Amino acid sequence: MTEASTIAVGAEAGAPTGGQADEGRSLASDAWRQLKRNPIFWVSVTLIVLFIVMAAVPQLFTNVDPNAAVLKQARERPNANAWFGRDIQGYDIYARTIYGARASILVGVLTTLVTVVIGVTMGVLAGYYGGWLDSLVSRITDMFFAIPLLLGGILFMSTFPNDENSRYLVVVGKVVLVMAVFGWPSIARLMRSSVLQVKPNDYVQAARALGASPWRIIRSHVMPNALAPVIVVSTINLGVFITVEATLSFLGIGLTPPAVSWGVAISDALVALRTTPHILLFPSLFLSLAVLAFIMLGDAVRDAFDPKSR
Amino acid sequence: MYKYILRRLIQMIPVLLGATFIIFAMVYALPGDPTIGLCGERPCPAAFVAEFRDKHGLNDPLHVRYLTYMGNLLQGDLGTNFRDIKVVDELAQRYPVTTKLAAMAILFETVIGIIAGVLAGIRKGKFIDNLVLVSTLFVISVPVFVIGVSLQYSFGLKWPIFPATVGSDATVYRLVLPAFVLGSASIAYAARLTRTNLVENLRADYLRTAIAKGMSRPRMLGVHALRNSLIPVVTFIGADFGGLLGGAIVTERIFNIQGVGGFLFTGIRNRDPVSVVGTVTILVLVFLVVNLLVDLLYGVLDPRISHD
Repeated sequence: MTEASTIAVGAEAGAPTGGQADEGRSLASDAWRQLKRNPIFWVSVTLIVLFIVMAAVPQLFTNVDPNAAVLKQARERPNANAWFGRDIQGYDIYARTIYGARASILVGVLTTLVTVVIGVTMGVLAGYYGGWLDSLVSRITDMFFAIPLLLGGILFMSTFPNDENSRYLVVVGKVVLVMAVFGWPSIARLMRSSVLQVKPNDYVQAARALGASPWRIIRSHVMPNALAPVIVVSTINLGVFITVEATLSFLGIGLTPPAVSWGVAISDALVALRTTPHILLFPSLFLSLAVLAFIMLGDAVRDAFDPKSR
Repeated sequence: MYKYILRRLIQMIPVLLGATFIIFAMVYALPGDPTIGLCGERPCPAAFVAEFRDKHGLNDPLHVRYLTYMGNLLQGDLGTNFRDIKVVDELAQRYPVTTKLAAMAILFETVIGIIAGVLAGIRKGKFIDNLVLVSTLFVISVPVFVIGVSLQYSFGLKWPIFPATVGSDATVYRLVLPAFVLGSASIAYAARLTRTNLVENLRADYLRTAIAKGMSRPRMLGVHALRNSLIPVVTFIGADFGGLLGGAIVTERIFNIQGVGGFLFTGIRNRDPVSVVGTVTILVLVFLVVNLLVDLLYGVLDPRISHD
């Protein structure tokens, strides 16, 4: 899933933009001017801020306890008391959906951070230093790339399963770990090719001629110019990671109850699909909206950094 | 060309070894006692457990077991699982089903994806373009298992156009709905990719020249614009193969298809490491070979890319 989408996006993103679009303005400020004018950017940012607030302080949105089951009212349709109705256990779906944001956002953000750190480091090592280091890093990347994200996730999560007593952060940490382990290769590949395109530029050669240390060249010349495609793809990947987490939970091996998450909620709702489809609707809707927000943000940022798409 | 293929094949060896070792190490760390449930309701006698562990080499250190396994693999032996079924036989039975499913998904991807992408690309900014962009965005954001169960419910149960589950008899007709579900996200990606590239190429100088010289629109689109625009799409579809194999686990579970994905998932559930390692090894091998083929195809489609 990730590999494929990343390649699609990577190919769409095309070459990292070299040079400045306008005289006197840096690439970043030029991109920012473009972004500010793009309504899609503002819609996605609003959605993302909303979800982050939801994840941080769910109490702002609801004062119902998501773990309070009213079995008598199980499967109730949406009504004034429970806005989204109640699920098969009699949980308030609205409260569950609000509280479910935390797991998905946490998993998405943490996984993206870890994959970017590993991917960028590996990509710079391979792209900047080249030679045997490049061969070594590229082959290691290929090894992990050859195992599809979902497949690796299923294997790992069944090797180290959760039980009811697992602490919340441990459960989330495991999902983050496995997705990071199998998610970084696409970032590394992208970063490597991006660095390879930046490296021959005159300003890099000039810095080297002036005696700058490799670390300084990488930090202040290569990185700022090679990072744009990685930022775009990582933003979109964040949405993909949220989906994969939900898929693992759907298969019963990602997050597991009592953890409250959209994936778990969707998985629980399937039993009652024929009679009470609203139980499935709301968590799916929120999950899709979150994924959509990150994809749209990535799209908007790519368009802003890519003068060709204007 | 042959040098290139040879070099790629040689590069594939460490990758395959590494990937299978990662899987091997992970699977054999699977918790639980494989003899549970083999002797009815009672725990197995100690003598049986000892013999069982010895027979399946469970007492050897990990690297020894790995090397033995790879040695057997070279002779086409994927091992016998704990239920005394040869993994090769099982896979031989199930592979055609998953291959059929994946091939149909790819067919949907290429046909629907490219047509939608071309329609959107040549009418950039018009209604159909926006329709394609919005609907693909929708398909990409909804997780595949939600699409799967929703379509199964709608077209399998509510309006029974297609059978809701596939079961043991996987005919093309029965696989239509699952294949569509499996390919859905990729259809959307392929459409967007085609559109982006077509829009970019339509502005290229060589096409402006072609228009200026009075070339007919179908010829310009079909021969000049599309051929160049489809190169990234071909790469994408090839690379997506791995994703399809992973996604097949979910799709086969929803639609009860007796394919490789289902076998893998049962293997994991039943703590059957031999089946799991065998299945995944073959999946990774297929994935690597498909990627190599795509890279070679790349050179055929675009003569500027040479592998010499």
